[in-house]
Amino acid sequence: MTLAQPEPTDVPSTTGTDRVKRGMAEQLKGGVIMDVVTPEQAKIAEDAGAVAVMALERVPADIRVQGGIARMSDPDMIEGIIGAVSIPVMAKARIGHFVEAQVLQALGVDYIDESEVLTPADEAHHIVKSTFTVPFVCGATDLGEALRRISEGAAMIRSKGEAGTGNVVEATRHMRSIRAGIKRLGTLDETELFVAAKELRAPYDLVVEVARRGALPVVLFTAGGIATPADAAMMMQLGAQGVFVGSGIFKSGDPAQRAAAIVQATTFYDDPEVIAKVSRGLGEPMVGINVSTLPESEHYATRGW
Amino acid sequence: MSTAVSSPPVIGVLALQGDVREHVAALRAAGAEARPVRRPEELAEVDGLVIPGGESTTMAKLAARFGMLEPLRAAVRGGLPAYGSCAGMIMLADSVLDAPADQETIGGLDVTVRRNAFGRQVDSFESAVRLVGVPGPPVHAVFIRAPWVEEVGPGVEVLGRVEGGPADGKIVAVRQGRLVATSFHPELTGDPRVHALFVELVREAMADGARDHARGGGAGAGVGDEGGQP
Repeated sequence: MTLAQPEPTDVPSTTGTDRVKRGMAEQLKGGVIMDVVTPEQAKIAEDAGAVAVMALERVPADIRVQGGIARMSDPDMIEGIIGAVSIPVMAKARIGHFVEAQVLQALGVDYIDESEVLTPADEAHHIVKSTFTVPFVCGATDLGEALRRISEGAAMIRSKGEAGTGNVVEATRHMRSIRAGIKRLGTLDETELFVAAKELRAPYDLVVEVARRGALPVVLFTAGGIATPADAAMMMQLGAQGVFVGSGIFKSGDPAQRAAAIVQATTFYDDPEVIAKVSRGLGEPMVGINVSTLPESEHYATRGW
Repeated sequence: MSTAVSSPPVIGVLALQGDVREHVAALRAAGAEARPVRRPEELAEVDGLVIPGGESTTMAKLAARFGMLEPLRAAVRGGLPAYGSCAGMIMLADSVLDAPADQETIGGLDVTVRRNAFGRQVDSFESAVRLVGVPGPPVHAVFIRAPWVEEVGPGVEVLGRVEGGPADGKIVAVRQGRLVATSFHPELTGDPRVHALFVELVREAMADGARDHARGGGAGAGVGDEGGQP
């Protein structure tokens, strides 16, 4: 084949654009992001096929047990994990704590999770994420919350679920809620979209964009309570584009095998035979918590506004 | 494989992990019939294959666990046209730097690729890249934790390089016979020209195969097209 010669270019290159931030999340699709607290766990996650790791000091299940204020992790610990693996490393900042986010960006993390799992630092304001070069992922329980986070600059959304419980029921509720919200917008006319924006407490332009596309303008993952390959596959069938697993792996009996099994079930989420095969012989899953027995103050999903 | 040259080529997108949907859309915009491929029997039915952007370590491990790695290697060795973007470039490279020691690739491209060569996500960028074989204005290239090509073998044609900045002159697009790879993600920009180049390459490979078949030369597999190395 004869190859044509290209025209010259003088376009400067730019970092930190929406396309680069959102595009990063597109590359994670169909994958599993795993919570890790040590470089050794990060290696196990990478070997199991994780698309990224979330570096934190305590997994949510331990935060629940130990209580106290949960903050951004020690920079030494985050650097240790960045040095241990070649896959992307994410880390959590407290809701509204923009200086923790500045520190994480300076450390070179690839994505920041402004997370309800940590103790919120601001009871009214989230971080203005659009001013950062590093991209952010944020949790959401419904469409309005997702759109508010996107309008602040989030480049990726995850359904919140209820972290550290090993109970998938809240993740299911939030995925269904976000999906139902998107579907409903598709049934509205121009006039009704103004009211919908008001009800969703979300910017009108974003509401119109979601109504037209039938999807969020950013990647949607799921999180909070995923403990088994079948949990991960169910979330994918409910419309998640990938999975965060927190306590579910390293609080289980055989983390390496469970991690690999959840990765495989996420790729073959629509093939029950594969899910059955990888679900065998995984040992003890993490001990779960019945969400309805949690006192209101321990519901992480209600943090954020 | 479909044999009628006039019908649209069937191009698979390796769907183990990554931005599969964007490649499927870009291939359709370029006139191909596109479908996800996760299993050996699905691979056997396509005229060409795209290996998407994503996490190359994850793709390699899933391919090995599900018995896809050897069929992929055999298909590429046998002349199946393939295009890889970002992680896909790493998967097609014979040699990879800055990867875990046990990282496997499909191989086929006689190049050495450096993973995450431009830096971490805060260094990810957009830029214009002039590409040989893509007429018109430069391609709007999106580099996300992207690799670059450190060394090329004698049969590899350089299609594009970074212009300006700290990585000036680094090779970011290559072709060798029926294999094409880019460090960047044309599937994220809505510009179908890179995919159109690949679809054209697949059409030519199909025509070669049909011609060889008519001559009684058997399947066209393994026969290089003009400009490529056999």
